[in-house]
Amino acid sequence: MRNKGNILVRLDWLLIVLYFALVIIGWMSIYSASYSSDTTLSMLSQPHGRQQIFIGLSIVLIILILSIEAKFYERFSSIIYLVSLLSLLGLFVFGKTISGATSWYAFGGFSIQPSEFAKFATSLALAKFLSDTQTNIKSLNDLIKIFVIIFLPALIIVPQPDPGSALVYAAFFFVLYREGLSPVYLLLGFSAATLFVLTLVLDPLIISIICFVLAVLFFLKNRKKKPSKLLYITVLSACVGLSYSVNYIFENVFEQRHRDRFNIVLGKEVDTKGIGYNTAQSEIAIGNGGWTGKGWLQGTQTKGGFVPEQHTDYIFSTVGEEWGFLGSSFVVLLFVALILRILHRAELQKSKFSRVYGYSVAAILFFHFLINIAMVMGVFPTVGIPLPFFSYGGSGLWGFTILLFIFIKLDANKINEW
Amino acid sequence: MRKALLYLLVILTGILFIGRLFYLQIYDDSFKLQSESNAYKRIKVYPERGHIYDRNGQLLVANQPSYDLMVIPRKVKPFDSLMLCELLSISKQDLIKKLEKARHYSPRLPSLVVGQMSKIEYASLQEKIRKFEGFYIQKRSTRDYQTTIGANVLGYIAEVTPQKVKENPYYQSGDLYGKSGVEKSYEEILRGVKGVKYLQKDKFNRDIGSYKQGALDTMPINGNDIKITIDAKLQEYGEALMVNKRGGIVAIEPSSGEILALVSAPSYNPGLLVGRQRSKNFTKLYLDTIARPLYDRGLQAQYPPGSPFKLLNALIGLEEGVINTTGRVTCRNGFHYGAKKPLGCHCSYGASNDLNKAIFASCNAYFGSTYKKIIDKYPNATIGLKHWSDHAKSFGLGNFLNNDLSVGSKGRIPDDKFYERWYGKNRVYSTFTISNAIGQGEVLTTPIQLANMTAAIANKGYYFTPHIIKEIKGEKIAKKYTTKRVTTISKEHFAPVIQGMFDVYEQPGGTGYRSRVKGIEICGKTGTAEVKGKINGVTTQLTDHSIFVAFAPKDNPKIALAVFVEHGYWGGRWAAPMASLMIEKYLKGKITRTDLETRMLTGSLQEEYDKYISGEPFTINK
Repeated sequence: MRNKGNILVRLDWLLIVLYFALVIIGWMSIYSASYSSDTTLSMLSQPHGRQQIFIGLSIVLIILILSIEAKFYERFSSIIYLVSLLSLLGLFVFGKTISGATSWYAFGGFSIQPSEFAKFATSLALAKFLSDTQTNIKSLNDLIKIFVIIFLPALIIVPQPDPGSALVYAAFFFVLYREGLSPVYLLLGFSAATLFVLTLVLDPLIISIICFVLAVLFFLKNRKKKPSKLLYITVLSACVGLSYSVNYIFENVFEQRHRDRFNIVLGKEVDTKGIGYNTAQSEIAIGNGGWTGKGWLQGTQTKGGFVPEQHTDYIFSTVGEEWGFLGSSFVVLLFVALILRILHRAELQKSKFSRVYGYSVAAILFFHFLINIAMVMGVFPTVGIPLPFFSYGGSGLWGFTILLFIFIKLDANKINEW
Repeated sequence: MRKALLYLLVILTGILFIGRLFYLQIYDDSFKLQSESNAYKRIKVYPERGHIYDRNGQLLVANQPSYDLMVIPRKVKPFDSLMLCELLSISKQDLIKKLEKARHYSPRLPSLVVGQMSKIEYASLQEKIRKFEGFYIQKRSTRDYQTTIGANVLGYIAEVTPQKVKENPYYQSGDLYGKSGVEKSYEEILRGVKGVKYLQKDKFNRDIGSYKQGALDTMPINGNDIKITIDAKLQEYGEALMVNKRGGIVAIEPSSGEILALVSAPSYNPGLLVGRQRSKNFTKLYLDTIARPLYDRGLQAQYPPGSPFKLLNALIGLEEGVINTTGRVTCRNGFHYGAKKPLGCHCSYGASNDLNKAIFASCNAYFGSTYKKIIDKYPNATIGLKHWSDHAKSFGLGNFLNNDLSVGSKGRIPDDKFYERWYGKNRVYSTFTISNAIGQGEVLTTPIQLANMTAAIANKGYYFTPHIIKEIKGEKIAKKYTTKRVTTISKEHFAPVIQGMFDVYEQPGGTGYRSRVKGIEICGKTGTAEVKGKINGVTTQLTDHSIFVAFAPKDNPKIALAVFVEHGYWGGRWAAPMASLMIEKYLKGKITRTDLETRMLTGSLQEEYDKYISGEPFTINK
């Protein structure tokens, strides 16, 4: 307990430096993307001004999180999780609709998006459940409970509708895999995703033929081991069935806007005016950067407001244009360093709770980073999902700040965990 | 393995992202190009066009603001269309059509509704413009003519043609450039250099301020002012004299080749080609194929020079040594050379003329014989014609003067090659071409060439290429205008010819005797050139052109000029009095012979011109 006063020494300062680096570069990008020479606008009516306040409040949050006893998070994780679920459900009654999604509570001039806070709550709940000595991830019973914990918030978020935020919950598969989930689940998921994408590009008949040829080749290769014909036939028909059903779902269940988003990324359609406008403008802005970029506040695409939602989901395109290849690669490396550092620290944790939580933080950040930047660079369909610490928005910033700093607090406290 | 998966994925993602960034930002530059085309706009900043002054520093052409009414269709709110139509004096249908067109072009970008409004129209509109939301007034600069004369000299500016834009990348659609006259020949000096301003555009293509804080912008460089050689007062007087006549007057300062006046009639007020009525006025001028006001008769019209050409033949005869100042030729009603009809003459029958009298009395027989002697001096007519034409060409005839006037004609001095093409090799004889002796036949000259020839005679054997530029601020005028062009005639042969020209005025039998001016020693030569014209496809003899060339004073000449009055009959009738008035005006500044002046100013040949197109039979030379 005598080390309590020395928490500042035990903090992982590298993580904190990385965090602030990202927040500051993010704010500069927001400033550039929303900067207007119209001086009649007050600071508060412009995103960069509001983001400054959000950052200020984040620092207050950080101090608060670090001063709370580490055990609090583990002990109250269930309650936090439940509050979070309730806040999500409450949206159906009290929610405020912004650009089509009922994902916000409005308080005066500010709005709060509870789905941003549900991530850390779910992480805490998952860590708590997995760290219970009675929990066995290999038992089907527990596995179902785990899936309920993970996917309950996602299920509430999807119909808001905010599929992007819900998609993030898939990140928890990485955590489960680390904690002993059979790789079959990951493999199945990956195969299904690959088949899904292939089906969109190719005709289901061609997919079926490819699957059949592959199955025959594998069977012939392994025939000395007497493989089960039944297994092969099952897998093959599953593949074929999935391919045809994906095709059916895509054509009949998806709405045109969803189909468009996929088609553009897959290169099946070239469209720079309509739905593909966002992606095309974003690519142009990034491409405009060259080696060293146009310089801060000098981006022509940024100033012209060509990229829609540039201060939120497309914030990375500002970095690309104004800081160029060197600057944007640096930001990518910052994210990679942050996530790897979290993973590294998570592996060092002595308590399972801290480790699972750290792993969840890393997986969530990774998913956001992967999907957001892939989307901005035109290699992933347009999914509304922010870039952590970067994108404009109080809820997002606070959600990620809490997510990260609870881990930093747990990490700083690990020597007390005996 | 389980620990490593996420590590590997994070690292792999980082590598793939950096690879994708490299592709977008470094490898594939198509994104960069797209950005350039949509993120900023280059706009031209027009420099002030240079002013034009006359030789005495009188301002002729300046600039004035003109006002364009623009509209941004999207911003238009319901307005009182009747009031706007009244202010603009256009019909409602016109207004609706214009707004429709503007909307079609772009609802967000400005379009022109009415261009080049005058200050007065602007003033009344300006008061009410706030009532018409979506409309605004944009200032531009157009020419402001401080004078009503010299339209053919000054020329006009017009919007560039697509052809011009293709030829010269300096110009962009919508630019104005000098299309004729001085505006054309000194376009590059007058126009200045356009500046460029880069404007940052937003996604709606609207301007949102300067690009890179104006780091790439360049300031326009204003055009240079020029001073032209025209004497505005003399030009104005010449134009007044030519009212209701057709033809040209060209006056040159012999000691410099500077063009003092360049009159073409009929002309028009240069101010007509500015402002809202511009295109209407231009079409009217352009379509007038009978009077052809846009045709510069002083520079472009090729007439047979008539008798003034005899001066040249006298000089060539003297130079070639085939005549002298004392030799006489007896005139028996013209020059008889074997043809059925002699080259007629108006000398009294049996008059015995020496060179001096032959000039002042304009004896055809004398010059017919002189011409024949020149040609026949050589073994054959082809060689003779070559020598003869070389002499004539050394006076700047038969070819473009190669000067700074935007238009011109070659004229024609028929040479050996010309006749060989016509008659065949070795089948040319002097008598075939005898009309050349008196400036008829195949000889054609423009008024400016004739004025220049007169200047060369006044200078006794040299001239300076006639030019219109006097001074360019901060620049030297081209060297070719200050270089002497020497003729092939020796200096001593000019004195007797000049004396003959002097006696045109001074001897009672002289053709210009009645036009002499007290106190000024004028040397001149009348001309009466027969003309044939096509009327409804039939070649018809028309009333002769009245021609006069002159210079004054006799010693140290200050002005040389040529006057052509189409169908004015004999030289002494119109051209000679006009020439003398021009000289008096230039040298004395005022006119003493007011009766003559009034007759010339008010005299009209419109009746003469009208009868050719009336379709009725007519008589000529009345």
